[in-house]
Amino acid sequence: MTAVMEVRNVHRVFRMGDEELHALDDVSLSFGKGELCAVMGTSGSGKSTLMNILGCLDAPTSGTYLLDGKDVTHVSRTTSADLRNRFIGFIFQNFQLLPRTTSVEQVELPLIYAGLSRKARRTRAVDALTRVGLGNRLDHHPNQLSGGQQQRVAIARALVTQPQVILADEPTGNLDSRTSQDITALLQELHTQGMTVLLVTHDPEMKRYVNRVISMKDGKVESDVTQQAEPIRRAEAA
Amino acid sequence: MILVETFLLALRCLMRNKLRSFLTMLGIIIGVGSVIAMVAIGEGAKARVRDAFASMGNNMIMVFPGSTSVGGVQGGAGSMPSLTWADLEAIRNEVSAVRYVSPILRSQAQIVSETANWSTGIQGVSPEYLDIRAWKVTSGTPFTSSEVDANAKVALLGTTVVEKLFGANEDPVGSTIRIRNVPFLITGVLERKGQSPNGQDYDDALLIPFSTFQSRIQSGMRGRIPGGLVVSAQSDDLTSTAERQMRALLRERHQLTGTQDDDFQIRNLAELAAAQQEGTETMTTLLAVVALISLLIGGIGIMNIMLVSVTERTREVGIRMAVGAHPWHVMLQFLVEALTLSLLGGLVGLAVGTGVAQRLSLQFGWPLVIRADIVITSLVSSALVGVVFGLYPAHKASRLNPIEALRYE
Repeated sequence: MTAVMEVRNVHRVFRMGDEELHALDDVSLSFGKGELCAVMGTSGSGKSTLMNILGCLDAPTSGTYLLDGKDVTHVSRTTSADLRNRFIGFIFQNFQLLPRTTSVEQVELPLIYAGLSRKARRTRAVDALTRVGLGNRLDHHPNQLSGGQQQRVAIARALVTQPQVILADEPTGNLDSRTSQDITALLQELHTQGMTVLLVTHDPEMKRYVNRVISMKDGKVESDVTQQAEPIRRAEAA
Repeated sequence: MILVETFLLALRCLMRNKLRSFLTMLGIIIGVGSVIAMVAIGEGAKARVRDAFASMGNNMIMVFPGSTSVGGVQGGAGSMPSLTWADLEAIRNEVSAVRYVSPILRSQAQIVSETANWSTGIQGVSPEYLDIRAWKVTSGTPFTSSEVDANAKVALLGTTVVEKLFGANEDPVGSTIRIRNVPFLITGVLERKGQSPNGQDYDDALLIPFSTFQSRIQSGMRGRIPGGLVVSAQSDDLTSTAERQMRALLRERHQLTGTQDDDFQIRNLAELAAAQQEGTETMTTLLAVVALISLLIGGIGIMNIMLVSVTERTREVGIRMAVGAHPWHVMLQFLVEALTLSLLGGLVGLAVGTGVAQRLSLQFGWPLVIRADIVITSLVSSALVGVVFGLYPAHKASRLNPIEALRYE
C-alpha cells in the first residue's frame, strides 16, 4: 500500500541572524490511508513545522516529501495551493473562519477555488454542514456561533472537498472538555470514513482516541506507537 | 467563473466599509467630475465665442478708412475717408483671396411708417453684403444689382425695426416707409441675428442699396467711402492671405512708401475669433491638467486604503491560501477591489461633472458640450489609476506567507 504522505530525511532549518534553528532534524515518517494519528510534543518540538510541511504550507530545507506518491518537495506557490485544495483539509486551534461571513459561505470557500459552479458549491456545503450537525446554522456568522459550533464549521470546510488528509492543529485547544470530546468524536468519524486524520496536540487525554501516537522532541521523532483507538460516543449527536 | 466571484467579493468588501469606500472614491469623484465640468465649461465658452463670431459673418475682414492727424490731434477711425470706390473695384477685381466685397455707408435717421416712427442706423450696401454677413432674408427678396444700378428706393428691415414700426408679427413687405421724407418700398425682412459679442442688437438695422444711400442720404464725398468695406475671404484659411493682399494693394494705390503708416485699417475678424478660441482652449487644457492631478491624488488615496485593507485582512488572505487560493487569486481580489473603487468613483464623478456642467450651461446660456473623448479618457484614466495604485498593495497581499498570515493578530 502506498503511503498517503511520506517524508524522507526531512530537515527544516530557520535562520535567525547568525543562529540556526533546526526545527526538524532528519525526520522520516509515513502515513497510510485511514490513519488517525496524534502528533504530540512540547512547544518547540517541531510538530507544527512538520504539520506545515505536510500541509504544503512550508517546504523542507532538505529531504523529500511525497504526497499521494508524488514528489511535492519543491513546487510553485500555485501548485502547492492546488495540492492543499485537492488533498488536504485544515483545522486550526482558533478556527480561522472569515469574519462577517455565513457558515455556508465559509464552507463554500475551498470549492470556489476548486472551480465549482455556484449550485454545486451550495449543495456540497449544505451537505458538509449537515454532516457536522450544523444543518440549522447555515446563515449564521461566526460571532453568532459557540466555539464548538465554529470549530464544526471549520471541520465542514475541511471535509467539503473530500480530501485524503485532514490536518488538525490543536483542534480542541480553545474548547471546553465536553465540546472537545464532541470534536474528537467527529474526527474519529471522518477517520472511519477513510480519511487520514493527523492531529497535533499536547493534550495527553487525546492519546486514547487515536490509533497511532508520534512523540516529537527537539525536531526529532522520539517515539511512534501504533495502538487500538478507544471510541467515544458523540455526546451532542447530530 | 473565478472572475465573477472575485468581482462580487470585491463589491461585498466595499459595501462593508461604505463610508471608507466613499471617502476613498471621493478623490476620484472630484478628479473626474472636475475634468468633465472644466472641459464642458471650456468647450461651452469656445462654442459661444465661435457662434458669436459666426453671427458676424463669413470669414469676414473689415477695412476702415484711416484717421487724420492735425497738429498731433488724432481724428479717430474714419476721420480721413481715404477709401475710394476705385479701391473697392480694385479689391474686387485684383485680390484673388477675396470672394465678396461690399461698401458700408452709415447714417442714423428717423424712419416713419404709417403708424409709428423709429430712429435706427441705415446702411448703404451692395447685394453681396448679405452673403458676407451670412444673413438671410426670411420674407420678401434681397435687392438685386439692377436695383442698385437704378438707385431704387428699396429697403430690407431687421426684425427689431419691423417690431418698432409695424408690430411683432406683421409682415411689412410691400409697405412703404419714409426715410428723411423719401419713401422707400420694403422688399424684404432680414433673419433674426441676435446680439453682437458686445451686446449690440444686430437686428436694429435697415439696409438700402449703396447707390440710393449716396443719392438720397449721403451729403458730399461722392468719390469716397467714409464707412468702410466689408470683405469675405474665399475660405477660412485664406483670411490672412486676403488681409495681406489687400494691405499691399491699398498701400500701392495710396502711394505709400516703405516707412509711411497705413492710411486705412484692416480688421481680420476670423483671426480674432481664432485667437480668442485659442485662449479658451489653453484655459481648458490647464484646468484639465489640474483635474488630472487631483485624479492622481485620488489614486494615492486608493493605494493608501488598499494597503490598510491588505494589512487588516492578512488573516483572511492566510485562510484563503490555506484552502487553495492561488497567489494570483489573492492579487486579483485586491486589484478588482481597487479597480471597482476607482471606476465607480469615475462613474459617479462623470455624473457629478455632467450635472455641474449642465447647471452652469443653463446659468450662462452656453451650449452643453460633453465630449465623448474626454468622458472615455477620464474613465480610462480612473480605471488606470485604480490598477496602477492597486497593483502594489495587491502584489503585497499575494506575496504573503500563509503560515505567517494565519498567525497574524
